[in-house]
Amino acid sequence: MSKKISTEDVKHVAHLARLAITDEEAEKYSEQLSSIINFSEQLSEVDTSNVKPMTHVLDMKNVFREDEPKDWITKEEALKNAPDQADGQFRVPSILE
Amino acid sequence: MSLLDLTIKELQEKLSSKEITVTELTQACFDRIEETDDQVNAFLTLNKEAALEEAKQLDEEGIDADQFLLFGMPIGIKDNIMTKDLKTTCASEFLSNFEDPLYDATVITKLKNANAINIGKLNMDEFAMGSSTENSAYQKTTNPWNKDYVPGGSSGGSAAAVAAGQVPFALGSDTGGSVRQPASYCGVVGMKPTYGRVSRFGLVAFASSLDQVGPLTRTVEDNARILEVISGVDEMDPTSANIDVPNYREALTGDIKGLKVAVPKEYLQEGVDEEVANKINQAIDTLKELGAEVDEVSLPHSKYAIATYYMLASSEASANLARFDGIRYGKRAENADNLIDMFKQSRSEGFGDEVKRRIMLGTFALSSGYYDAYYKKAQQVRRLITEDFEKVFENYDVIVGPTSPTTAFKIGEQIDDPLTMYANDILTIPVNLAGVPAISIPCGFHPENDMPIGLQIIGKHFDESNVYRVAHAYEQQTEHHKQKPAIGGVNE
Repeated sequence: MSKKISTEDVKHVAHLARLAITDEEAEKYSEQLSSIINFSEQLSEVDTSNVKPMTHVLDMKNVFREDEPKDWITKEEALKNAPDQADGQFRVPSILE
Repeated sequence: MSLLDLTIKELQEKLSSKEITVTELTQACFDRIEETDDQVNAFLTLNKEAALEEAKQLDEEGIDADQFLLFGMPIGIKDNIMTKDLKTTCASEFLSNFEDPLYDATVITKLKNANAINIGKLNMDEFAMGSSTENSAYQKTTNPWNKDYVPGGSSGGSAAAVAAGQVPFALGSDTGGSVRQPASYCGVVGMKPTYGRVSRFGLVAFASSLDQVGPLTRTVEDNARILEVISGVDEMDPTSANIDVPNYREALTGDIKGLKVAVPKEYLQEGVDEEVANKINQAIDTLKELGAEVDEVSLPHSKYAIATYYMLASSEASANLARFDGIRYGKRAENADNLIDMFKQSRSEGFGDEVKRRIMLGTFALSSGYYDAYYKKAQQVRRLITEDFEKVFENYDVIVGPTSPTTAFKIGEQIDDPLTMYANDILTIPVNLAGVPAISIPCGFHPENDMPIGLQIIGKHFDESNVYRVAHAYEQQTEHHKQKPAIGGVNE
């Protein structure tokens, strides 16, 4: 079985998905994702030349509501579950070097 | 006979006549959980103090049980449904510290308005990704019929808790079969409503175009009653449908004479266990005896459903789970040097293997150069699968077949092989792709392992009434739903 997704591909995809993975994991995921992708190749035998992609089950158009401000949550509540905070803000590691 | 053996209607009669109190009923649930949950491992968090307090209030207020569809009824909630101030983890390490959710899901608000009582939060596969509940970061839930077997998944905690009589009812969520397959494996009733029937607001999103909340119960009537309460359009979910919610209980007449039933030949073919097929054929004979007209039909694109589903569901999941960034809530890795590293390490420490695998699969399918070949192609095949259903429903009222090709499998048996695990969902996934409603109800036991088998009944968009009608008529004609499992059998 050809490997559709190399360990390099896995590492690239993991970076895009913001996941840190070890070399050992990259090897494992390369095999597993390749076998899933190989399995999915069966879709290529279906003739879809005139088929519109289906994005949603129901035939719905845009759903609008009035744009009115409402009470929702307070700043204190918003921060309640934060792993790190300071001065009423979420705190994160430095973004700029 | 235990209180937990009764239906909602029977319980409400006992409440109305003051034969029992809400407090007694609520306490009975916690007692049974204490007796049985060291074996079942269904609950992740108990809501004991608050539940007993609410029960006491209801007893004091003495509201007429007839006025509220679920007055005083204890219910268990899958742990991916947001409950204000009650820990909600999605069975993920990432949310192990998410103690204070800020709001209730719309389904929870509706249950509260109906005076139901939340007993606690139930185990599941992490972020609803799995078919055995083995992907929980916390515990392995067992099947109350035999604790060597999985309860199914991803709503395995919900199905096991109902089967073991810990709670009379529970909510689950169904993206590719996650209510129906565990209902089938645990011998209970599980409904996946039409996409858009129930608000998804506060259901932690896995695959937004497929997810629906659904009830798990021991009887069809109880199920219909709960769906009536949780259904309806919701300003907070623009994909919820603005279509009136009927009184589903009115459909439970037992009369299915002349109803047109389709049996897809693909649903009884290769891969379906012979004994499962036998039981389904017996159930079909029962429907015929009740006066239904049954024909064989074809859903020719069924075989592509698994591949289609894993492309679409994983793609949607990869986007939905991007919100878990370790900034606003959830886990944050210590000692990350910079922001990107912080994201990566927090997510890698917080997510389990299957979740990572699906995020990567989805990220791959959506990535530049592969989007057309995988994601768009799957969206096109999804339309063909949906059109298969539409064609059959031009001439038939419901479609019936097995819920799962097999009964429950043993714990540990499939966990190392993702593709084998995915194949469990081959008969439930097409329903989510088409967005139609479907129920699983008990229809017998496998002669070799004595595990339950589920009959699946699929309806037209927003025609839950006919699904319930057929399920109820069958149930009244059989005794399967009265059988009790090894653990927590409420007749013991």
